[in-house]
Amino acid sequence: MLSVDAAADTPLLWVLRDHLSMTGTKYGCGMALCGACTVHIDGVAMRSCVLPLRAVAGKSITTIEGLSRGRSHAVQKAWLQIDVPQCGYCQSGQIMSAAALLNTNPHPSDADIDAAMSGNICRCGTYPRIRKAIHLAAELLAASAK
Amino acid sequence: MTDVPNRGRRDFLNAGAAAGGGLLLGLTLPGFAGKSLSAAAGGAKSSAPRVAQLNAWLKIAGDNSITVIVDRSEMGQGVYTALPMLIAEELNVDIGAILVAAAPVGDAYINPGNGGQITGTSNSVQDAWDKLRLAGAQARIMLINAAAKHWQVDPAECRAVNGTIRAPGKVLTYGEVAAAAAKEPIPRDVKLKPKADFKIIGKSASRIDSPGKVDGSAEFGMDVKLPGMLYAAIAQSPVLGGRIKTLDSGAAEKMPGVRKVLKTDSGAVVVADHFWQALQARKSLAVTWDPGSNARLDNHAITALLKKTAAAGDGLVARADGDVAQALQSAQQRHSAGYELPLLAHATMEPMNCTADVTPDGCDLYVGTQVQQVAQATAAAAAGLQPAQVRVHTTLIGGGFGRRLDVDFIPAAVEASKAVRAPVKLIWTREDDMTHDTYRPPALEEMSGGFDSAGRLAAFKLHITSPSITARMFPPVKGVDDSVVEYAINYPYEVPHVAVTYSRQEIGIDVGYMRSVSHAPNCFAIESFMDEMAAAAAKDPYDFRMQLLQRQPRQRRVLQLTAERAGWGKAPAGRHQGIAFMVGYTTHLAQVAEISIEQGALKLHKITCVVDCGQMVNPRIVESQIESGIIFGLSAALWGEVTIAAGKVQQTNFNNYRVLRGNEMPEIDVQLLESGEPPGGIGEVAVALVAPAICNAIFTATGKRIRRLPIGPQNLLRPA
Repeated sequence: MLSVDAAADTPLLWVLRDHLSMTGTKYGCGMALCGACTVHIDGVAMRSCVLPLRAVAGKSITTIEGLSRGRSHAVQKAWLQIDVPQCGYCQSGQIMSAAALLNTNPHPSDADIDAAMSGNICRCGTYPRIRKAIHLAAELLAASAK
Repeated sequence: MTDVPNRGRRDFLNAGAAAGGGLLLGLTLPGFAGKSLSAAAGGAKSSAPRVAQLNAWLKIAGDNSITVIVDRSEMGQGVYTALPMLIAEELNVDIGAILVAAAPVGDAYINPGNGGQITGTSNSVQDAWDKLRLAGAQARIMLINAAAKHWQVDPAECRAVNGTIRAPGKVLTYGEVAAAAAKEPIPRDVKLKPKADFKIIGKSASRIDSPGKVDGSAEFGMDVKLPGMLYAAIAQSPVLGGRIKTLDSGAAEKMPGVRKVLKTDSGAVVVADHFWQALQARKSLAVTWDPGSNARLDNHAITALLKKTAAAGDGLVARADGDVAQALQSAQQRHSAGYELPLLAHATMEPMNCTADVTPDGCDLYVGTQVQQVAQATAAAAAGLQPAQVRVHTTLIGGGFGRRLDVDFIPAAVEASKAVRAPVKLIWTREDDMTHDTYRPPALEEMSGGFDSAGRLAAFKLHITSPSITARMFPPVKGVDDSVVEYAINYPYEVPHVAVTYSRQEIGIDVGYMRSVSHAPNCFAIESFMDEMAAAAAKDPYDFRMQLLQRQPRQRRVLQLTAERAGWGKAPAGRHQGIAFMVGYTTHLAQVAEISIEQGALKLHKITCVVDCGQMVNPRIVESQIESGIIFGLSAALWGEVTIAAGKVQQTNFNNYRVLRGNEMPEIDVQLLESGEPPGGIGEVAVALVAPAICNAIFTATGKRIRRLPIGPQNLLRPA
């Protein structure tokens, strides 16, 4: 548990970035339109740019920094194997959305991926690689479960 | 090595300077090249081993860590991987062992192609191709010579193998011999490896910057954090080009966390302990604006202005083959059409931001910039310092696309830091970014073509009317602005009479370079019009182009392989194809779009793209850049349009400036061709062909010719 001294209406995004120096979660739009600020709240992908601090008090928050130790999450491994990132700015959000998808749907179809990832914009156009990497991550997870 | 005294880093830099004969610059270790890259680890830590700098591009530390200094900004295009690969090839080291540091401002880092320390025009690899391989080879020889001297053997007996120098019965690591190597004379007449011996170049390798981009540790400008740093938000004139008339900051100054409000030429800047506080306080500013000359500017006015200038005459001649006027006059059949291109926003994922730390005798600037020297000069002017007093620390860039060739977001950060005597990070919101971009300029493109009595395309004329970006950013421009007539001046088709002309018409607002610059508007116009001419001649658009590329085997090969791969002419029932070809940045490529029209709406199925970009360094990066360009081009073709009303930009965020999302992506099929040609550019080129390929497919499907972008709002129902 962390305690933070910030106004209760401060979006979680800015608390993470400015107060806690956890800058992996990115600011992109401030209106939950681009997904760059995606974090997990009690395991569910949410946009931290529109989540006031008061709404997450006492909840479990996972950011990109806490997703795994040493990039060991299957999504991160797949991302590295496929070399998904270009500029990389949106990738924390992409990875957090993909990890949340695989939590609830370990074998997503292309349509499932489209539905789960449509809220995450990438201006570099890494979408073809994101799709491949999510399928690969699903395989890695399945292999490790055996 | 006992004969090398353990000196401090400064001494080793001096040693490097003595050996380097001007290669070494006053080197500031860039602390913010990206944490993940551990870029500065070789020299920045107090416990760090000694570091030897062998030339402007290479440092080797006592612990054997190798740092390549990259003079191009990493914004996704892969330069932090591709450029080190060039050095690694000649240095005989594994690419995975290399650390990257962003170059400081320095003469050694001015690239001749761009005339400055500039990341643009897709020429990073082209510029570095000989330069960095040579730097790697020279360093290798210096390491060998130093080891040979130490062992008192003939250098010919020594080999450089995977980070070590070896001679019969002897081995030294690069780190052990680096300091002595830095004192060796720079070898001349160095022979570079022939292509057949390449072990790294031309083979796909993982990006050096990927690890930090998958665990959140990569440091963009937005992420810079300095001790005691404050945050700033800025209120800029809603009307583009306006200025503050009056500012009442009384209420804002009483808001929580606010340290200062200052009036600058860029706007009203609120400095606070945290960004959210600055943003809240910005709402309490009472500002009245002098709108300047754009109060009545809108899209209709801009279009009318361009049309008036276009009608006034042909303007400056950029290319003239034969006698177009005469050829059109005597043509058996003539056809003319005009095309219109809108303003576009760059919409980088990372909004503009800059962190400045101004002290009485200097300024540290942490910024994602594509123009280090311009950033330095701009900050110096804002701080009242000399340029040499400004240290530019180039961060990773969260999307450049040309936007960060502009420096309009820098002065306010510097002024704020100077005013509060503390480091300040100034952040633009998405809305600030969208409404105060330096937009891709609009253009009018008027074309005429004529067939001779034998039915051959004998004349092609293109008249471009558009503002000049270069005249604002890199003046003076004498004659035609080259960046307005790209592709057009290289019009590849074998037509005896060709004219390309340009009329410059400014529109009152700042316009900027955007990924592929004028390749996109010109390729849209030319490749659409080629289709119009094919239709006028009742010929297949692919055959029509091939017949006009008879003497150009490289062009023919790309076009032919694209048609084959896409199954040209064999689209499934209900689907339609369109083709486009281009040569840009010396890269040759073609695309086929496959679409259907469903109840008047465009459905994209597939984009096929075949690319001959000459010698590749890292094919995986080339492929991702082509995919990237296609997706960037799709956003622009389908929906990209910035509109202005009463001088204000009407698009504010991703809800009203639509960009492509993953679920809207068609199938993308990229083929990269092996090629013996020199390296070509790959970061921008694919953008330009998307719109013409799709619009040509729409014509095939509906008979409707789209002559204005974006496609999105237009009715695509087949005329009854």
